[in-house]
This record gives sequence, structure tokens and C-alpha cells, in this order.
Amino acid sequence: MTDYFQEDEILGKAYDARLMKRLLKYVKPYRHYIIIAIILNIITAGLEPVRPYLTKIAVDNYISVGDWRGLLNIIILIFLSLLLQALITYAMTYATQYMGQRTLFDLRIEIFEHLQQLALKFFDKTPVGRLVTRVTNDVESLSELFSSGIVMIFSDVFIIIWIFAFMMIMDLNLALVTLSVIPVLVYSTFLFRKKVRQNYRDIRFHLARLNSYMQEHIVGMSVVQVFNKRNEEFNKFKEINRNYRDVNIQSILYYAIFYPAVELISAIAVGLIIWYGGGQVIQNQISLGVLFAFIQYTEMFFRPVRDLAEKYNILQTGMASSERIFKLLDNKTFISDPQNPIQLNNIKGKVEFQNVWFAYNDEDYVLQDISFVINAGETVAIVGATGAGKSSIVNLLLRFYDVNKGKILIDNIDISKIRQEDLRKNIALVLQDVFLFSGAIKSNISLWNDEIPFEKIVEASQIVGADQFIEKLPRQFDEEVKERGATLSLGQKQLISFARALAYDPKILILDEATASIDTESEQMIQKAISKLLKGRTSIVIAHRLSTIKNADKILVIHKGKIRELGTHYELLALRGIYYRLYQLQYKEQEVSV
Amino acid sequence: MKSLFTLKKYFIKYKKKLIYGFLFILISNISSVYVPLFIRDGIDQLKENITSASLIKYAGLIVGVTLFSGVFRFLIRQTIIVASREIEYDLRNDLWSHLQNLSLRFYQNTRTGDLLAHLTNDINAVRNFLGPAVMYSFDTLTLFIFTLALMFTIDVNLSLLSLIPFPLLSIIVYSLGKKIHLRFTKIQEHFSVLTAKAQENLSGIRIVKAYVREESEINHFRKLSWEYFLKNMNLVKVEALFRPALFLVIGASIIIIMWFGGLKVINNEMTLGDITAFILYMGYLIWPAIAFGWITNITQQASASQKRLNALFATKPEIKDSDITDYRIKKLNGTIEFKNVSFRYRDNLPYVLREISFTVPAGSTFAIVGHTGCGKTTLVNLILRMFDVCSGKILIDGHNIKTIPLETLRNEISYVPQESFLFSDTIKNNIIYGLKDLSDKELIEKRLSQAVEIAHLTPDLENFPAGLQTVIGERGITLSGGQKQRTTIARAIVKDSSILIFDDCLSAVDTNTEEQILFKLREFMREKTSIIISHRISTVKGADQIIVLENGTIAEQGNHKELLELNGIYSRLYYKQLLEKELEQI
Repeated sequence: MTDYFQEDEILGKAYDARLMKRLLKYVKPYRHYIIIAIILNIITAGLEPVRPYLTKIAVDNYISVGDWRGLLNIIILIFLSLLLQALITYAMTYATQYMGQRTLFDLRIEIFEHLQQLALKFFDKTPVGRLVTRVTNDVESLSELFSSGIVMIFSDVFIIIWIFAFMMIMDLNLALVTLSVIPVLVYSTFLFRKKVRQNYRDIRFHLARLNSYMQEHIVGMSVVQVFNKRNEEFNKFKEINRNYRDVNIQSILYYAIFYPAVELISAIAVGLIIWYGGGQVIQNQISLGVLFAFIQYTEMFFRPVRDLAEKYNILQTGMASSERIFKLLDNKTFISDPQNPIQLNNIKGKVEFQNVWFAYNDEDYVLQDISFVINAGETVAIVGATGAGKSSIVNLLLRFYDVNKGKILIDNIDISKIRQEDLRKNIALVLQDVFLFSGAIKSNISLWNDEIPFEKIVEASQIVGADQFIEKLPRQFDEEVKERGATLSLGQKQLISFARALAYDPKILILDEATASIDTESEQMIQKAISKLLKGRTSIVIAHRLSTIKNADKILVIHKGKIRELGTHYELLALRGIYYRLYQLQYKEQEVSV
Repeated sequence: MKSLFTLKKYFIKYKKKLIYGFLFILISNISSVYVPLFIRDGIDQLKENITSASLIKYAGLIVGVTLFSGVFRFLIRQTIIVASREIEYDLRNDLWSHLQNLSLRFYQNTRTGDLLAHLTNDINAVRNFLGPAVMYSFDTLTLFIFTLALMFTIDVNLSLLSLIPFPLLSIIVYSLGKKIHLRFTKIQEHFSVLTAKAQENLSGIRIVKAYVREESEINHFRKLSWEYFLKNMNLVKVEALFRPALFLVIGASIIIIMWFGGLKVINNEMTLGDITAFILYMGYLIWPAIAFGWITNITQQASASQKRLNALFATKPEIKDSDITDYRIKKLNGTIEFKNVSFRYRDNLPYVLREISFTVPAGSTFAIVGHTGCGKTTLVNLILRMFDVCSGKILIDGHNIKTIPLETLRNEISYVPQESFLFSDTIKNNIIYGLKDLSDKELIEKRLSQAVEIAHLTPDLENFPAGLQTVIGERGITLSGGQKQRTTIARAIVKDSSILIFDDCLSAVDTNTEEQILFKLREFMREKTSIIISHRISTVKGADQIIVLENGTIAEQGNHKELLELNGIYSRLYYKQLLEKELEQI
């Protein structure tokens, strides 16, 4: 959908030295290809204009004197030049495209790598769709610039130079007379480009309007129908559609003028050759063959001149895309690792929050002065109403965000002194809405980690009881997960995510329990799985299940960003405070069903 | 090809422009094929003693004829290509008007993206056929014939010889074109794979980070990108053949002309001017030969697109006025009656509503509560005839709703949908969207300010830079969920119909504001029949009649007091919400 709403579609400058310099850095590893392509270019650019010259020789030296052997030689030469040009053109196109596509590949990987490093803070503020566009469409629109833009500009310039050179060699005066139309051609092309460019912008604008109207009204069609607005809306649609049609018709006008005009200019050039050149022939100043060659050249130099103007657009879109890409690459919202990290070896799993304050934006604290200790091997349940700040505690422990004030310690080591990788390797996170990737079930458990052997995947699945349904699947562990697991039930997805956590065998487990109601059978399965999962680890559970809460060593009650109550189930019930009410609201009904 | 026949009516509509266009093509081509002959004559006369005056004559002829033909070239585009844009416009209008008549079920089963693709890409493919393909097929055909005719007048043998490579050219263009298209499609497919991968990775970034899987994700993405690279190079291999193949074939023709023509000149069977003309004519023939393959491809694509469009046109609107519609029904009082209504979305799906019966007397307030998915929204969709009942009957004022004209039915109901959908327009235009008659400015302002007042929008509007003229959505500001809901409420109030339906439209509004809105609404609803759906007891407790829906049937029914006494689902819900309120205040 993002294609239709390119809010970023700003047509900027056609050339920006700073951006160009940076872009060329990506080409540098493949500079050999460029050098080869340019050399091939110079050769092939000369091969095309050489042919009219050969025909001139054929006419003057052989045909006019009746030497058919000489003619044959020239024919063979022409044939060879054609063949050579064909081969070189192929090689050249291939080399430039190879260079271009490799560069795009490198750039794409770099953007993707960069995205992997960015902190969650960045992702909170940027819609995923826009980032995807950077990796895909924006890189793609550089393709023309790299593959045809850079090298083809050389090509066109060289062809023009060669043609001029041959014409001048044959006859300087006639060359000057013929080339006198060039300024007219260049000027009219320039004028045409300018008009078309403006018009192209109008077309894009009206197309975007049309698309967004259609998109919006398809989504809101029932509103249109319920409010009986079909006629009015249809009139609006027609107007937008008409505007789009009219700018297109406007563009037809430009093309309708330009193409015949170019033909006319070319005819004027031929007319000049006949008039001036013919006079020269009569006066025996030049040969008939020269005239013959010149007429062929007029056909030849029109294309590159026109193409050069075309390149302007390629440059312009390329600059706009690269600007957006570089802006993303320059964003350094990272959570940085410490200079001299403390190594984490065989941790026990004690977790401690010391007066932690945290806000997603500015001073809007979602956690205020949070302190608690979880001893190694303990299970702590965190309860609270939605928006109380439960998930923020988890986010901080994983160092998805940094605390504003206070400290978080693991085995008495401040987590900001540990490398993120080491920290996270010791913690496994199970989220409420299970995220499955497209790929086999086994890969979703191991997350493509080669250090986890298949046996371990199976073992983990057995322990949490996921093996039962997996083995019923047609391809078992190799079964592909489609559309993020749309074919699996909620409970099954949850079990896969448990197996995933278990396969990583972490010291600390964070579990965000699912709230959604699951049928009683899977509910029991999941309860069993959870108790196996929690065994022997420090566990933090954002608890929605009464059984988890009851079995927890401690319950932390978070309310409006603060710890308000702490204790075991029965202690807290006796308090008749927040927990007591939460219990009535969320958990009491489970008492009946269990 | 057959699918393109449906375009006949558009061709007929623009036949005048098209016929003129063809005529202009004829004139332009007949004149322009003479230019090489003038060049030939000019060159040939150089051998004899020629005056510079006659040289000027030839030069003038060349330029003059090109100018003459150019004027008609201009006119060709102004007729045929313009007509293609006009047909595109008509076609898109027709499709849109058709889409507007299709029912909710169609939109639930069709992805927006697919529909947009039909409205843009498919229509575009057809337009390419209508304009360029039609123009060039006639243009190239006539140019080809005229050129050949003139070439034959110069020398039959040489003409035939020089034509030998041409069938080859068409074949190359066609088959390479096809291959290119195929490989290009593969690239596009892989591009979506790549996009999906990036999308998936970025959506699941928390898991990726939590399990330290960045490296393997990068490797996976690298693998996919590399495949993409290879697929692109695969296309390059074919595409790079195109230009060399093209000028090899053209070159072959020129070689033939030079060799055989050269020999003929040596033997005095031909002049040098003839050869020049022949070489120039080759230039005329190349484009038709290329265009032939190109036109074939475009036509094939257009025909595939038109087939999809035809299928869309063939979709019949599910709900519309029919033989039993009684057009005399122009007003509704508002007594709504359900008689044993059952409904399911499809034959093989379970029932969403089962044997529902109730009566809402005109002017009363009726509320529906129940869990998500219990069928509340479906129930009101049936009143609006977004769907028709599977069995049973719905009566309004004693008329079966199938006999009420759709226009009347929807005019007489003000509906606030669950998903507050607003258009990217000013707040004012969104609110007065509900008004049919926009002529009475005074009335509009009166209704508008009343609606803004009731929906409690005044404080919000004061904070917006342009007040009611503030543009919302894509190109404007983003409203909060509550603001959106209240705007849709205002939209329904402006309409001032005899029946009001509110589908859970205060869920994002805080309880204090909700109370104020409900208080003002009560006054407004006094004379009207209202149906209110809500999760919150506070919203529904003042209703004359409340039903609790559970699994598609009516589980409890009565007014607030009666339902509390039942001690069932309703009362549990009530006490829970009391607790929530307490918690909020701690």
C-alpha cells in the first residue's frame, strides 16, 4: 500500500555532489567493471560511426570505379564491425548491470544490517512500512542510476564525439553546416524535457490523489452506502478521474509536438546536406560518398542527444532515493555496548531493580522508583491493570531501552556494563502474541540457530508437550509455518514459543502470558508446560493465569507505574487492596473453571 | 483476445476520433514515404549538371513534405491517443460505479490491494492497448505497405533480398519480449518475497533482539537478496541480447543493400541515389518490424487484464431493490421487530445469530450487550441490510425490510459504526456528510453546532488550528480514537433520522466524557428509536430494554433493574465494571 502514498516523493535536485560522492563509494569495490565498461564503450561508440565512413569509401573508391572486389572487402569490414559491436555491446551491458546489481545488493544488506542494530526506541516511532520501503523500493529506484545511468552517459557522449570527429575529418565545412541544427535540437529537447517533467509531476500528483481516493473509499464503502452517498461520491470520483485524464492529455500534446519536431529538424539537416553538400559535389569540392555518409550520420546523432536529456530524470530520482536511504543510515539510535564489558559466565540469575525510573518520552514516567529483588531460581508474578507498566519492566531488563534513573543488576552486575549479546543470551522472552516467522516449525523453535541440534528441538518440544500436535502435522517438524501461523491454534503457537524458550535453556525466563481464552484442554497443557518451563530458573511472569500467580514465590502488584503491593497470593488477598480487586476482576472466574 | 471484445462499446463511442486518426495516419505515411525519393533524385541529378536552384527545390521538398506529414503526426496523437485516455476514463468510471453497488460481503472477501490493482494496473494495461497498440498497429502496417510499394518501384529484386532479415527481427522481438516478460515476472515475485522478509523481520524485531538472532536474520536476508541478484542477472542475460540482435539484423539488411545494390550500380542497373533511398527506407521498416512483436505482447497483456476486469464487472450486487420493493414507503416511524431471525455468513459456517426475536417500539431505547464475537454487530448490519437474513424476518413499521427501498431505509437510519471511519477531509465536511440536502446553509449551521455540542467536540475543536475546517487523515492531523468516535457520533446526529444505531461507539471515550455525551444524547433521542451496543454497562443502563447476547442467542432480557436481579451475565459484568472504576481511583 505504501507505494500509493509516497509522502516521501519529493523530486529534489538532479545532482548533489555530496550524495554522489557517497554513492560512488558503493561502486568502488567494482571499479574494475566500470573501467572495463568505459573502455568497451569508447570502442563500441566508435564502431557505429565508422560504418557510414566505410560506405563512403565503398561509394567513392569502388562502386564508382566498378571494383567489386574492393566492395566485397568493405562489405566484410562492415560485417565484422557489426559483429564486434554486437559482442562488445553485450559484454558491456552485462558488466554494467553486474556492477549495478552488486552495488544494490551491498547497499540493501547494509541497510538491513543497520536496521538490526537500531534500538527499539527507533522502531516505536517509525512505521514498519516505511522502513520496508527503504530496504526495497528505494534501493530499487537506484537501479537505473547504477546500471544504465553512469555508464550510458559516457556512451552517449562518446558516440557524439566520434560522429563529430568522423564528420570533421571528411569535410569540415559540410560538418559545420550539418551540425548547425544541433543547437536547435538541444534547445527543443531541453524545452520538451522541462515541460514533460512538470507535467510528469502533475500526473504523479493526480494519480496519487486518485489512488488515495480509491483506497479510502474502498475501505469506507459501507459508510458511503449507509449514508446513501453513492451519487455524490461518484461525482467526486469522476472529477478526480477527469483531472487525471486531463493531465495525461496535456502530456500527449507535448509528445505530439516533440516527435514531429525532431523529424523536421532531421529533415532540415538532410535538406542542408543536399543543398550545400550538393553544391560542393558539383564544384568537385567533396565526393558523392561523403554526401552519402553525411545523410547516414544525421540519422545517427539524434538518438544520443535525445537520450542525454533522458538521463536527467534518472539522476533526479536516484538522488531523491539515496537521500532517504542515507538519512536512515545516518540515524544512530543505538543502545551502545560498554567499552570494557564485564564477561558474564555461568550466571546464577539474581535480578535486582534499584530505584528505577523510566519514561518512553521525556519526563512522562511509566515506571517510578521501582525496586525489587528476585533471587536466583525464584518465580515472580507481576500483576496490574493494563497500562500499569508491567511490560516496561521486561523491556528494561532486556535492555531494549535504557533506564532514566536507577540501576538494574544481574548477579549484582549492572547490566549496562555487560554486552547486550551476553545479557540477552541468558534471558529468554516469551511474548503474549507469539511471533512466528515463515519457515519450518523446527526453525521457529531454534530460530535458525545452528548451535541448537535437532535433538534438542525435539526434546524441548516434548518437555512442553508441543510434540503431540507437531507429530500429527503432515511434515512434522519440517512443516512450513504459513502466514505467521494462521493455520495453528493459539495454544499451539504458544507451545511453540515455549519450546523455543526451552531450547535456548536460559537462566532467566520472561513470560508474558496470554490473556486470550483458550479451550480447557489446551489450557491444561499450557499450565503443565509452564510449570516445566519455570523449573530451575529465575522467572518473571506477567501473569494472567491464577495458577501461575498462586505458585509464584512473590507477587509484585504494579499500579500506575509504582510497586504498590508485594507478597504471596494469600497475603495480598488479606490486604484487601489493589490485588484483592484485581483478583476479583481477572482471576476469580478462573477459580471456578480450574 | 476475446475478452477485449467488451471494449467495443467504447470504440463506438469514440469512433469519430478514431476514424479521423486512421485517416491522418494514411495521409502522414503516404507523404512521408516520398522523402527518400526526393533525396535519391537530388543525389542522382548531381551527376548531371544541376543548378543550385533545383538543389534548393529538392531541399525544400524534403523539409516541406516532412513538415506536412508532421502536422498529421501531431493530429494522430491528438485523436487516437487522446481517445485512449478518454476510454480509460470511461472504463474507470464504469468500474467504480459498479463497485459502489456491490455489497459488504464482496468487500469482506476482497482485498483492497487487489481491487486497487484492477483499478490501476489492469486498466493501464488495457489503455496501453487502446492507445499505442491500436495507433502503432495501423501506423506501422500502412507505413510498411507504402514503403514496400515504393521500394518495389525502384528495384524488385533488391527489395525482396533486403527484406530477408525482417521476419527474423519480428521473431526476435516477440520471443525475446516474451522471455523478458517471464523473467521479469519472476523478479517481481522474488521482490515480494524480499519485501515480506523485511516486513517480517521488522515486525518481529523484539524477538530477534531478545534471542540475539540478528546475525542469522542478516544471513537469511543476504541469501534472499543474493537470489534476487541472480534473478536480475538472469534477466540481464536476455535483455542485453536485445540491442545487439536488433542492429545485427538491421546491419544485415544494409550489407545486403550495399553488396547487391553496389553490384547493380557497377553494372549500371541502379543509381547511387537508389541505394541511399533503400538505406533510408530500411530505417522506415525497422520500426514496424520491432513494433509488431511489441504490439503482440501488449495485446496479450491487455487481454489478460481485460479478462480480470470482465470478471469484476460480472459480479452482481447482492443487495438491491427488487420486484417486491414498495417505492411508496418514503418515511419510517421506527418500530423494529425481529421475528425468529437466524443468520450465518456462509452455508458451511456456523450460525452467528439464532432464532432472534424482539420488538423495539418506536421512540424507545434498546441496548445490546455481550462479549466480543457474540453477534452484536451482525445484528445491526441486518437492520441496515448490509446482509440479508438467512431465515426469519425483520419488520420496520410492519414492513418487511426487503420491501423498503434501500434509499428510504438508509435515509431513515443514523448509524455510528464500530470502526470509526472518517474521510481525509475537513472535520466539518465529515460531520455534514450525513446531510442529504446541502442547500439550506442556515439549517446546516444549526444542525452542525447541535451535533458538535452533543458529541462533546467543542473542547477539541478549540485546540485545533483551523477548528471545524481542520483537515484530518492522510494530509492532515491524526485524531485520537475518542475524537474519531465522537466525530462519527456527530455525523450521525446531523442526519437526524428516526432510527439511531450506535455500535460500541464510546469505547475509546473516557467515562466522564461518556456520561456527558449520554446525558445530552438522551434529550436528542427522546422521539427516536435508538439501538445501542456497548461493552459498558454505564452506557446501556438507562435503556428501556436491554438484551444480553451470548453465542448468537438472547441469554437475558429486561431493563437494568430486572437484569441485575437475575444475577446472571449482566450483573457479573456490572460488578466487574464497578471494580474497575474503583481501581482507577486508587
